Amino acid sequence: MEPFTTHTGVAVPLTRSAVDTDQIIPAVYLKRVTKTGFDDALFAHLRQQPDFVLNDPAFAGGSILFAGPDFGTGSSREHAVWALRDYGFKAVFSPRFGDIFRGNSGKQGLLTGVITEEQVETCWAAIEAQPGITATVDLTTTTLTISGTSIPFEIDAYTRWRLLEGLDDIGLTLRDEPRITAFEAGREAWRPTTLPVGDR
Amino acid sequence: MTETAPAPQNQQPAPDARRPKTLAEKVWDAHLVQQGEDGAPDLLYIDLHLVHEVTSPQAYDGLRAEGRPVRRPDLTIATEDHNTPTVDIDKPIADLTSRTQIETLRRNAKEFGIRLHSLGDVEQGIVHIVGPQLGLTQPGITVVCGDSHTSTHGAFGAIAFGIGTSEVEHVLATQTLPLQPFKTMAITVEGTLKPGVTAKDVILAVIAKIGTNGGQGYVLEYRGSAIRALSMEGRMTICNMSIEAGARAGMVAPDETTFAYLQGRPHAPKGEDWDAAVAYWRTLPTDDDAVFDAEVFLGADELEPFVTWGTNPGQGTTLSGIVPDPATMTDPQQRESAERALQYMDLTPGTPLKEIKVDAVFMGSCTNSRVEDLRQFAAIVKGRTKAEGVRVMVVPGSARVRLEAEAEGLDKIFTDFGAEWRFAGCSMCLGMNPDQLAPGERCASTSNRNFEGRQGKGGRTHLVSPVVAAATAIRGTLSSPSDIEAEVLV
Ligand code: SF4
Repeated sequence: MEPFTTHTGVAVPLTRSAVDTDQIIPAVYLKRVTKTGFDDALFAHLRQQPDFVLNDPAFAGGSILFAGPDFGTGSSREHAVWALRDYGFKAVFSPRFGDIFRGNSGKQGLLTGVITEEQVETCWAAIEAQPGITATVDLTTTTLTISGTSIPFEIDAYTRWRLLEGLDDIGLTLRDEPRITAFEAGREAWRPTTLPVGDR
Repeated sequence: MTETAPAPQNQQPAPDARRPKTLAEKVWDAHLVQQGEDGAPDLLYIDLHLVHEVTSPQAYDGLRAEGRPVRRPDLTIATEDHNTPTVDIDKPIADLTSRTQIETLRRNAKEFGIRLHSLGDVEQGIVHIVGPQLGLTQPGITVVCGDSHTSTHGAFGAIAFGIGTSEVEHVLATQTLPLQPFKTMAITVEGTLKPGVTAKDVILAVIAKIGTNGGQGYVLEYRGSAIRALSMEGRMTICNMSIEAGARAGMVAPDETTFAYLQGRPHAPKGEDWDAAVAYWRTLPTDDDAVFDAEVFLGADELEPFVTWGTNPGQGTTLSGIVPDPATMTDPQQRESAERALQYMDLTPGTPLKEIKVDAVFMGSCTNSRVEDLRQFAAIVKGRTKAEGVRVMVVPGSARVRLEAEAEGLDKIFTDFGAEWRFAGCSMCLGMNPDQLAPGERCASTSNRNFEGRQGKGGRTHLVSPVVAAATAIRGTLSSPSDIEAEVLV
């Protein structure tokens, strides 16, 4: 995982609330065998509506999403995070997130920042005034800047630390790699291995 | 000592090695790479990682993206089971998604150096049949797999549980998992099972008793004389369905039955290693004075053949009973779910279960597809013909089980009976391969899940034991083996 310190990118307004993971990625896309290449699956049903925000050329290459409350509720599918990430999103801001979605995001390097409903509306207004403007997310100071306004956002300290360090779960565990090696050294020789028996 | 201080109330047990422990705690503690502090999870070492085609592709993809290798290919083994057809296995797989998943597994196994048993290989089969059959599943180890029925392996006194795809990736990369400790629940079954009552009936009765959420957060330890009297196959059937009670894992303490099952299997320790292993395994059973977080008791003598009438494994009752009336249920949620279930199952309250006609009988799945299960089924159908109009499928759990059954002539008994004798795989346990129920079809199934559409869209499933499946296949209505004996006597 890449460390996340600051990011500047096109701000995208998603002016709806309760966007569950079924809307983020419909179930039919779960049959795939890859963990990447889900960009086309993101909001697949919503994107069929011509006036959906991602169909607006002004937001091409968007990477910071501003959503209404209760973003990412519902099914635990990790694919929702993969789809956002593959599309190019680096950060999502909302007044409230689904718990599992937020947990999954942290593991995959997608920043989820909590701001108030008023602040989301401020951002929506700023974007509406100047479609295609960029915003800047600074995780070191936990502030978001859009059209000259600085907004503090909330993120739990543990996830923030992991994002700043660029540590996914596996990366974190591998920090203790010497402990794993030490544990392995103490394992009894008769414990089973899957090596073909003739080759033992 | 002349004077003693008053014993403090609620004294915490000292965290020393002499503290009495349960089986689960002993195995857990022996695998601690790091103890979590301040609410952080423990880091647990994984001895055996089983892999199949459905839940692994994204995990390998994640490794590739980060340039990480598989840490211990020698503790990892893969097989093809969920998507595989059970006929024409030498032909290309017709369903494209299925074929892609299997081809992806083959590519990944090759790239990352994982041992894989592919369709056509003698060790291919349902992942939970393959581990024990090879002797890889052993007492006191930790086993994971991206599949909820990994709980099967707990029958050996292992901690074994299903994991999600991210966790699969984590284990591939680190051979460890960050985990919060489970609570422990003792399920004690004392007494002797009546003839015709099997391990399957025990676990269906347990689930009906504690509910499909009753085991949540617990590892279940099955104990008592009735459990000790069971074969390893029976213990696997019970542990397999622990997940249907909401528990992630089930366990049985290792004993002479366990050792006898393991000895001589390809991956079991040999010579001095065997002696060292057995000496260790004997230390694993729960200490006499260890305390469980919860306890449940069941009398084996009262148990009867069991069958489900609804759409979750907890909606079951004795086969001699009737379809229950939701109106008599006091819990509103229970009532509502029973109403919905009866509607889906097309059943009327008050109907004697034995009057329910079936269209199909499925003998297979990781719950009941070992050679012992096939023998039980064969013993009842031998020399008889199946009921007219009932489709009977017998699907061995692995290619090796198929060979064993054929060596004993069981295949002949099945085909003479009128059953289809298939190749190994998950088959009609879930609608992911070509073996599926048609909408509205009713099936007596030895599998583990009777969810809506589990065996095919609109299909209706009654979970039963192999002997009940056999009796049902003969009569065409849900039947217990004693119904058959009675007919023979007439
Ligand atoms: S037989 Fe059924 S329950 Fe067992 S692994 Fe296969 S699909 Fe899952």
